[in-house]
Parts: sequence; structure tokens; C-alpha cells
Amino acid sequence: MRQFKLAVAFLVVTTLCTAIAQDLTLYVGRGESLAGPIIERFEEQTGIDVVVRYGSTAELAVLLTEEGDASPADGFWAQDAGALGALADADVLAPVADDLFASIAEKQRVPGNMWVPVSARNRTLIFSTERVDESELPASVFDLTDERYRGRVAWAPTNASFQSFVTAMRVTHGEDAAEQWLRDMQDNGATAYPNNNSQLDAVASGEVDFGLVNNYYLLRRLAEEPGFPVAQTFFGNGDIGNLANVTGIGVVKTSDAQDQMHQFIGFLVSDEAQSYFTNENHEYPITTTVEPHPSLVSNEEASSAAPDVDLGAIDDLEGTLRLLREVGLL
Amino acid sequence: MRSPWYVVVPAVMVGAATLLPLVYLLVRALELDVPTFVELALRSRNLRLLGNTAALTGLVLAGGTLIAVPLAWLVTRTDLRGRRAITWLSVTPLAVPGYVMAYALLGLGGYQGVAMRLFDVLLPRPSGLWGAAAALTLYTFPYIFLNVRSALLGLDTSLEESARCLGQRPAQVMWRVVLPQLRPALLAGWLVVSLYVLGDFGAVALMRFETFSLAIYTQYTSAFDRSNAALLSLMLLVITTALVALELRLLGKRRYARVGRGVRRTAQPERLGHWRWAAYLFVFLALGAAVGLPVLTLVGWIALVPPDTGQLGEVVQTFLGTAMLAVPAAVLTACLAIPVAIAGLRSRWVGGKLLERLVYLGYAVPPVALALALVMFAVRFTPLVYQTFPLLVFAYVVSYLALAIGPVRSGLLQVNPRVEETARSLGRGRFVAFVQTVLPTINRNILAGGALVLMAVMKELPMTYLLAPSGYRNLAVRVFGLTNEAMMASAAPFALAIVVFSSLFVGLLLVYEGRRTA
Repeated sequence: MRQFKLAVAFLVVTTLCTAIAQDLTLYVGRGESLAGPIIERFEEQTGIDVVVRYGSTAELAVLLTEEGDASPADGFWAQDAGALGALADADVLAPVADDLFASIAEKQRVPGNMWVPVSARNRTLIFSTERVDESELPASVFDLTDERYRGRVAWAPTNASFQSFVTAMRVTHGEDAAEQWLRDMQDNGATAYPNNNSQLDAVASGEVDFGLVNNYYLLRRLAEEPGFPVAQTFFGNGDIGNLANVTGIGVVKTSDAQDQMHQFIGFLVSDEAQSYFTNENHEYPITTTVEPHPSLVSNEEASSAAPDVDLGAIDDLEGTLRLLREVGLL
Repeated sequence: MRSPWYVVVPAVMVGAATLLPLVYLLVRALELDVPTFVELALRSRNLRLLGNTAALTGLVLAGGTLIAVPLAWLVTRTDLRGRRAITWLSVTPLAVPGYVMAYALLGLGGYQGVAMRLFDVLLPRPSGLWGAAAALTLYTFPYIFLNVRSALLGLDTSLEESARCLGQRPAQVMWRVVLPQLRPALLAGWLVVSLYVLGDFGAVALMRFETFSLAIYTQYTSAFDRSNAALLSLMLLVITTALVALELRLLGKRRYARVGRGVRRTAQPERLGHWRWAAYLFVFLALGAAVGLPVLTLVGWIALVPPDTGQLGEVVQTFLGTAMLAVPAAVLTACLAIPVAIAGLRSRWVGGKLLERLVYLGYAVPPVALALALVMFAVRFTPLVYQTFPLLVFAYVVSYLALAIGPVRSGLLQVNPRVEETARSLGRGRFVAFVQTVLPTINRNILAGGALVLMAVMKELPMTYLLAPSGYRNLAVRVFGLTNEAMMASAAPFALAIVVFSSLFVGLLLVYEGRRTA
């Protein structure tokens, strides 16, 4: 009985403690290995305790909409622009103060300042250096439905960056074309993996020869392991498969820690955090004051490769999820 | 005797708690209009899920039986040397939960696998149906082994001897006499294994094989509309309930008990002769895969990439965090098991029996479905407990109460009611009499029940994954998350912590089994 009382007391105390001591509750839709270290640095520097809930970006976006006013979250750091756009449309986010955008290029800003872009990246094609000849590289992501790529391509339908790319394809090429591409890819034996990292491993392990990922995963891996038998390339210039996207953070409307959120976002767009994103993660910095890491292709090359898609226009996450469900990928 | 309020009230509360999530799933699924409901329910994708789930369950049962029955026969009925060690090793895979087994299988092969790093061999990584089946078979076959072994030890061999006298050859005896008598043991083992396979989330997710549990999770994480996930959960629930009912039916029809008097004969060990080499080869292959492989991968990773002190600190912290939740959950569950067991056993109250069934239903509810129901319910109606430890502990209790009731129930059955009656005749009230006479005799059973729950919670994955407060992650969630991100080396120490701790469970089981059969 005594044990029982102790246990109950313990439960009550821990619950209270977690309720009181959290200064900031963040939902993070990025991989922990990418976001964790910089959040820790923020905690060390400010003494603000950040409680993080990691999950997939879509999962957390769905959760935030379902929680509504009851959400314990103060902020949401998403892997792509689409989810944040969807949340802004759903009236979950509060506008962010103007000063946080000071060092961010005009074209990266979103209407209404509903969220702040934090780092930038491209979609890209990874391939095996052992089993793929340069001549085999496709000019467009639409070519991957050809017979010669049968059973050789990996993708990650549950991953937010992939979903954003599908939204962009719907916007630029139309619903029917996007649906057809998804179905043709499935018929052509595309293999689903949970995320970008696992696709890298799949290519290196010989399970597939190509993968549709974000550009920085391979660069990180090569920095650790120069002999890693995978390389990456853009599709032809302007192809939708090269979509440029950003990670971004928004403040949850019902948060009672707006000041700390302001402080945290300020830290994310500071030179220190931006150098971390580009030098450790190999992403593009979002601010103009930090130089991109030398392993990245030049800004000029990246922007001529990228298709002309307005990030504010790819906010129909729900429609994409519905489409992916219809074709049986989710 | 009429049950006192302090039995009825907690018992009814437990029953309500078990029913609540299930009812809520139904409510959410029924929010759909009829055409959508029918359309969703009959989606061709659901048929595929059903096929996948059935194929996986079938493979795991077949594989498990093919490993477990010969092993059990070898250690009970033959003169094979090292039977004790083989028995012991055949139970140890229980210390390697499905997702850790999947991790071990995945971590062995592939470009960054242990085999590649140590021997420069690129082994293919298992995935899909066969990968998931391998991971789950290697983890669950001990459940079948334990059941069949006890049955073989308990069989009256005079039946077999009679069959031989009547001219049956040994193989015929095995097929016509022994195997039919193993039916209840096999059914019991198969039920436990099927429920595990249906509820498994970690192994199928890591092996990328889509079963109902994984699909529920995918729908939950990627649909703004929750009704499809609720509907899938209900369908899975119907399957598990049907399985439990089927087992009861199959078992109910036949008689297995000895009717005659006389001394039960124990078996003469079969002399294997030269066949023993084949037997050793079989044992080596089966146990090598189930025990050797995970140990090799785990130790391999830790040797290849030794964790630094920071990581070790994190492992210790996660372990303590896991225990700090598992201990109160186990204590609470054990306490609740007492009134429920009493209500089911001692009262004439009809509700008591029903309640016991409900508790077993709670155990059969797939964890992903239970967690989903609780998340949806809490967000809407009880935001105060949403994403808190009490809600998670609640889920543990509903899921694992059946584990604690088993030992408590058998303890209560052994208590002589006269002692309690005497205490009452000496003027003690009903409650005091119970506390002073019954409780001291069953406290070991309560402890055993609590221990079973503790072990289960220590390695729990799906409910913790979905229900835990932000920032809280137990060992299982860490292993799963890191493996999913292809960070095999970082996952190793967490996985090892689970295996080492779960070995305690196996030890407990062996002590218990040893006492029963010695």
C-alpha cells in the first residue's frame, strides 16, 4: 500500500512538474538528428527549457488541427512549406513579428507573415555510382515511369518533402497528370521507404538504384564517409523534380509563450543557427548573411534547376494526402 | 455472497475503462455517412491489408510451430545431451521483442551492416512479408515452445504405449496420438502469438510490410479525417475478438483429461542414435537464428561504434525514465487486479464473469487501436489529461490488466475460504478479514502479476509512441525511431538495454516453469 501511495505521489508530481517547467513546447516535423543539436544550443544559451515532440510533418499538422484550441504546442517547425501553408489556412497559426524577416530575402517571404522560413533545400535524384551509368540519368522526374527504371526507384510517400513535391506537381501539371504519374510509378515498381535517410541506405545496399530525396542527406553522409557509393543530380532545368522548398516555423495561435517563440525564431534565423544548418546539415541558409557550405551547388545553378513554383501556392496538403490515399500509397 | 462495494466499484470502473475506447472507436467510425462508410469498409486496399495480415499471421504460426514442436519434443522426450541448456536457450528469444529482432536482422546486412563492416560482405536486408515473418517468428516461437513443452511433460504416455502395442509405428504414434493431444497447448500458444502478430507495429513498420496495425498508424498520421483510422481499428478489433472466440470454441469441444485412475507413466526417452547429429544441427540453426543473430548484431554494433559517455548517459536516463513509468503502472495494475479477480471468482454476481472477459478483451485490443481511441477521446473530451502520463498509464493498465489477473486468480483459488470465515466469526469485518487472512497468502501472486506487467511496459512501443507526453521517450521508442532513421549504431545501446532487462523476465519465467515441472 505504501508503495502504491508513493507511486501515486510520484505520478502527480511528475505531471505537475512537466506542466510547470516547460517553457516552450515545440512540435518538430524534422529529423531529430537535424533539429536536436540546434535546439539544445538554444536551451543552453537562454535557459529556456524546450520540450520537443518529434513526428512526421503531416502527422503533426493533422494533430495540430485536431487539437485546435486545446493544443499544448507553442510552435511548429515543419519540414516543408506545404504543411505550414495548410495550417495558416486552417487558422492554427498566429502572424509572426516583422523584425524576424529582416535578413531573409524578399522572395522567401510568405503572404501575411504567417510563418518564417528557416532553411532551404532542393528535391533531387540520388543514384548508385556502382550500378547506374551517367547516360541512364533521366531528364525529368516523369521519365522515371519508363520501363528501364522498372523496380529501381525508391520514394517516401509518408515524407513531408515528398508530399510537398506532389502538391507542386498537382499545381503545375494538373491533378490528372499528378495522379497518372503516381499510378505509373507504382506500376513501375517504385519501392516505398520511410524517409530520406533510409533511401540512401537502400541505394547503397543495392536494393534500388535511384531515390527521390532532399539534397542535403547525401552531402551529410559523404562528409562522414567519402567512399559512400551514391551520387546525386538534378533533373533537367525547371523540372518539377528539382522543387526548391524550405523548412519553416510557425507560432501556434493559442500559445501563451509568444515571447519565447519570438526569441526561438530569432535564434533560428541568427547567423549562428544558419551556419549550423549549412555547415553541419548541408542545407542552404535562408538568410543572405551566411555563406552556403562549399559542398552545395552554387545558388545560381540551384535556382536555374528549380521549377518556378510559388511556395505559398503549395498549401493544399489535405488534397495531396487524399490523392496519395486514393492511389493506395497511404 | 454479495460483493461489497469496494470490490464492485473498482471492478466496474475497470470494465468501463476497457469499454470506453472501444465504444469511442465505434462512435467515430459511425460519424461517417452510410455510403462513405460502405465505400471505405470495402476498399480494395482493405482486402490487401487483410490478405497481408493473414499471410503474416499464418507464416509466423507455421514457422513458430515448426521450430517449437521439434525443440519441445527433443528436450522432453529424447536422450539428447544438453536438454536443460537447450530449454533455457529456447526461451531466451522472449527477451528480444519483435522490433529489436527486426532491428537485429536489418542491422546485420546492407551497406552499413555489421557483416559489411566486419567481413566486407554485402548481405541482403530482409524486408516485406518474409522479413516481418522472420522477426516475429524468432521472437514469438518460445510461447508455443513453452506450451507444448508443458503439455508433453504432462501427457500420460500409457496412451502412446497402447498405440505401439496395437502395432503403430513411432511416426504414426506421433501423428495420431501425441499431436492430437497437443492441440490445446498449440491452440493456446497460437492464440498468444496471433494476438501479438496482429498487434505488432514495430517489426512490420521497420520491415515495411503493411498490415492492419501499420495501416491504422499511417491513416492516423496522414489523414485530417480520423474516421478511416477508426474504421480500420474496428475491423482489426473484430478479427482479434473472433480469434479469441474461435480458440474457445475449438478448445471447448473435446476432452483431454485423464479419466481413469492409476499411476500416470512418464515417458521413456527416445534414443536418437545417429539422428542426434541432425537434432543438433536443427537446434543450432534454430537457436543460432533466434539468439545468436541478435546478440551478434547488437554486440557487433557496440564493438564497431562504441557509445561515448554522452550516449551512455542518455541510455541510462532513458532506462530510468522508462522504469519510472513502468513501476507505477505495474503497481496500479496489480492493485486493480485484486478486486477484478475477486469479482470474477468469488461473487455470484453475473457481472463478475463478464468483467473478466472484458479484461481479456482489453489485452486482445491491438495497442495501436487503443492508443488511437484514447488520443481522439482525450483531445475532444478530457484535454486535461491529453498528452500526460496518467493517460499513458491508463492505456498500460487497460492493455495489461489481464497479465496481472492470471497469477492473482490462481492465488485466490488456492486460498482456503475457511480461514477468512474464521476471522469473520471472530468479529473481523469483511474487509479487515480479507486484508488479514487472504492478502498475506496471495501477496507473492500479486507481486508476480505486477512483475509481468512491469516487463511488458518496459518494452512497450506503439502506445508510448502515440500517447506519451511531448519530450518523453522510452527505450522502445528510441530504438524504433533511430532504426527508422537508419542510425543503426546509435540504436544499439538502447536495444541492448531492452534485451538485458527483458532477460530478467525470461529468468523469472524459467524459475516459475522450473518450479512447476521439477
